[in-house]
Amino acid sequence: MEVDATLDSGSEGKPYGTIFCLYEARRRSKNRRAKAQRKKKQVSDDEDDEEDEDEAPRKRGRRKRTKPQDSDQDDEEDKRSVRQKGAKASRRKAANEERDEESEEDQGKRKKGGRAASKQEKEDQNKEKKGNVKGKDETNKGSEKDKKKKNGKQSSSPVSSSEDESDEESMSEGEIAALKEQVEEKKKLIATLRNKPWRMKRRLVLLKEAQEFVEKFEGALGKGRGKKLYAFKVMMTKVLMGLPYGSIPRKTVPRSEQDTAMDFSVLFDFGVRILGVPCLLPYGSWDRLQPPGYCKYSILFYGYYNNERTIGVLKFRLPLSYLLTGVGIFGYSLMVVIRTMARNANEGGDGGDEGEFTFSWKMFTSWDYLIGNPETADNKYASITTSFKESIVDEKENQKNENIHLRRFLRILANIMILCCLGGSGYLIYFVVKRSQDFAKMDPASLTWFQKNEVEFVMSLLGLVCPPLFETIAELEDYHPRIALKWQLGRIFALFLGNLYTFLFALFDEVNAKLETEQELKNATEWAIHEYNANYSSYYNTTDVPPLVVNPADAVRGPCWETAVGIEFVKLIVSDMQVTFLTILIGDFGRAITVRFLNYCWCWDLEAGIPSYAEFDISGNVLGLIFNQGMIWMGAFYAPGLVGLNVLRLLTSMYFQCWAVMACNVPHERVFKASRSNNFYMGLLLLVLFLSLLPVVYTIMTLPPSFDCGPFSGQDRMYDVVMETITQDLPAFMGTIFTYATNPGLIMPAVLLMVLAIYYLNTVSKGYQQANLDLKKKMKMARDEEKNRRNNKDSTNQVMKDLEDLLPNKSLIPPPTEEEPPHDIVIEKGSKSTKMKPGSAGKGVNLQKEVSLAAPNPRRPVAHPPRARGGPPGHLRGPLPGPGRGRGRGAPPRT
Amino acid sequence: MGNKQTTFTEEQLEAYQDCTFFTRKEILRLHARYRELAPHLVPLDYTNNPDIKVPMTLIITMPELKENPFRERIVETFSEDRQGNLSFNDFIDMFSALCEASPRELKTIYAFKIYDFNRDNFICKEDLEKTLNKLTKGELTPEEVTLVCDKAIEEADLDGDNKLSFADFENMISKAPDFLSNFHIRI
Repeated sequence: MEVDATLDSGSEGKPYGTIFCLYEARRRSKNRRAKAQRKKKQVSDDEDDEEDEDEAPRKRGRRKRTKPQDSDQDDEEDKRSVRQKGAKASRRKAANEERDEESEEDQGKRKKGGRAASKQEKEDQNKEKKGNVKGKDETNKGSEKDKKKKNGKQSSSPVSSSEDESDEESMSEGEIAALKEQVEEKKKLIATLRNKPWRMKRRLVLLKEAQEFVEKFEGALGKGRGKKLYAFKVMMTKVLMGLPYGSIPRKTVPRSEQDTAMDFSVLFDFGVRILGVPCLLPYGSWDRLQPPGYCKYSILFYGYYNNERTIGVLKFRLPLSYLLTGVGIFGYSLMVVIRTMARNANEGGDGGDEGEFTFSWKMFTSWDYLIGNPETADNKYASITTSFKESIVDEKENQKNENIHLRRFLRILANIMILCCLGGSGYLIYFVVKRSQDFAKMDPASLTWFQKNEVEFVMSLLGLVCPPLFETIAELEDYHPRIALKWQLGRIFALFLGNLYTFLFALFDEVNAKLETEQELKNATEWAIHEYNANYSSYYNTTDVPPLVVNPADAVRGPCWETAVGIEFVKLIVSDMQVTFLTILIGDFGRAITVRFLNYCWCWDLEAGIPSYAEFDISGNVLGLIFNQGMIWMGAFYAPGLVGLNVLRLLTSMYFQCWAVMACNVPHERVFKASRSNNFYMGLLLLVLFLSLLPVVYTIMTLPPSFDCGPFSGQDRMYDVVMETITQDLPAFMGTIFTYATNPGLIMPAVLLMVLAIYYLNTVSKGYQQANLDLKKKMKMARDEEKNRRNNKDSTNQVMKDLEDLLPNKSLIPPPTEEEPPHDIVIEKGSKSTKMKPGSAGKGVNLQKEVSLAAPNPRRPVAHPPRARGGPPGHLRGPLPGPGRGRGRGAPPRT
Repeated sequence: MGNKQTTFTEEQLEAYQDCTFFTRKEILRLHARYRELAPHLVPLDYTNNPDIKVPMTLIITMPELKENPFRERIVETFSEDRQGNLSFNDFIDMFSALCEASPRELKTIYAFKIYDFNRDNFICKEDLEKTLNKLTKGELTPEEVTLVCDKAIEEADLDGDNKLSFADFENMISKAPDFLSNFHIRI
């Protein structure tokens, strides 16, 4: 186990090495210092020794004392000289001080020296580490050596153990820096210990050592010896490092859960968050309860919320928050989707390198270690086996060539058919929506149930029928299954999207019609009130007319197009849910029951044969979720309650589908991993988000809100609320700032800047891509070279071969003739090598080497007798005999 | 935990937390699972670090490992005596390395060790054949197995020595989209 051994030894070496180095570093510099002091001062040894011990604690204090005096040094010295004539004791003191000053200077010098020394130490340490990595034996040797060194040092220098302790106090700056680094290293080690592939025992031991070390020297560094401070510091470093060791990795959401729950959780999260503001504050002022439908006037829909600017003591601004929530949802969703995509793109090449490692990936990463269920395990075995067989078949098929024209024709045909289907479904929806508008004008009582719900019915039906149809058509194309799946998904996507947009356009027609009716109604009511006022004043002969008292339930209402749009979306979701449930009940459950029980009395095996059990269609279901989310995004602005509804729907359908999958489905024959095309789905989601953002933003920006319902009633445009808030509630300068910020003169450069930034980043990323490609090429070359050297044969690189063939001398060589007897070759070789030497005297060795390397090469056409081909008369190499030419490489240096 | 009996001292728990990706609750649960395997062998009190090992035959009956085709290899890899006997340290080490929070580099190292059946520090052709046979329950014909192994080596072998060194393996696995999601055990 070399890997094990190296890692182990490395790990072993490191901590001991560091600890040891630290000690040694301190000792060495200590010695150096001590010697230097002795040499310089020439003070009696015993005195020095005495002081060395008690100097340390004093020193710090004194240093502090002396520092402010530094500027007055000269004065002091003068004083001292005066004082020198005084008592001996004072002289002694002065001397002491002088020495201190000197030592301070020394320390300055030593600071540098110490740093250098510590650097050196580090280098040594690194070397030691490297040495350690090489193997356990060496580690042992190394450590032995180290010990020897240590001993040597100890014996050579008279450092007493008591000094060792005081050392901690009197360390120079360099030492402190080194020590700090060591401590940091230890801390890092503690933080990353769990990432090391070591045995637990070693980890525990190392942890203990490192902790002890840190604890000991954190205090020694003179930055608060209290444990509390240390703990605080560790905590701070954890916070500052950003990569903490205590809490975060263990307490965040596990990655796999994020991955597996991706499609769901995204949908879910938004759902929960959208619920946010409007629904929590059911500030109902209008009693809009009416027999035709309570729901229409409930908090579910836009029309429920009123346009009171502020609510309650807290002055909650409902209209503003309604708008901001609606827009904020889109912003947040965009951010989340794009961030997820970016993360996915970072993690592993997403499809970019596919095909490079087909077999090895299958071999090493196909088993899911989470599998704990025997049945699942059996399924997995089977699917792995089939996938291997498929790959083998693919590999063999790669060499084959078939009728490409027929295939092309079939593919074009299939695409035409699918386009027809898409167009047809689009037209059908448009037709139905138009018809439903006609129906809406008729008396609701005379309509049948089907006529009322025609649009939703047709849309769901299309969603049900078209995908299998596409799949059947796609059989014609005969793509590789993975590509076929993408095509299929793309087509279903187009279908859904087309349907949704047709539906939307039809809806816009309706909205415009509603706006017109509203205008008429508004005029009519205004006229009526005017009439009322006129009548009242003429009747009672007074000008102060009491306001008209009308029961809100009797008031004249506009059509409120926002609510109408919301209702359409809710209907869509509800019918979608019904269709999903019914399909599962009939298509899966019913089918499973029939197959299971009819199998007893049927002439062929139903379970294995034609109907069999239904497969769970992962891709279709994921697409369904994506579209559902798109509809929610679109509808949430006009029907805030839609979100809650959708949460309920998703919850129920999850459990229902879970049951259906377990009870009546069989796994897909091709196990399709959603994670592999994660970004594919996320891309679809992003597209859907963008496409559902468009109509909503369009309505917010251009259509006038209903006159008499909703939080924006009475305003020209919905976004006027923002303007209003800015002018009325914010301080004046904010308003000016805002007007400056929205000035086109400012926005245009900003947009330009962004475009340029995108351009720049794009270029940079392209550059990186190129570099990547180059590196890959290099790697491949190195690989080829290695193989080449191993086989000691010809270069396997086709390009190199071609280049060699293009060498000038080569083209002149006639192809080798077969009829040459073999012994000729031997003679030729011998003669050639002798002839080469004198000719290439300058670079003799080099060339010879080349020649000898090239000699065993069978591809080189050297198999001619020297006289068989005379050089062409015009050739430069006159004096040389023929065989030299054959080498191709021998020629150039000679000319 | 609510137990009166202390399983670990505070220090031990702290140490384990620093050395693994688990929280203290999870560590205690792991100990419970470990003890479950051999109640008569493993004491509840672990404060004095008893040197106790549970044999491989018991370990691989865990539902987390039971269905894994590489269960013996996993256990052997993490066992300190290389025989497949796991002490509690090894045990917790194993699940820490295989848990979701452990980084790709660590997982790569252990995956390499697991797939290196003969422990020669290279994944050679025999290792590949063994892996393949375990994965497919031996349902491929010998020719197919040879083909697949050749192909796999051809794909991943960078230095052309006809076996996969750790560098080759790392390079190959670092690009695999499913490795992280598949190479983990939840406990």
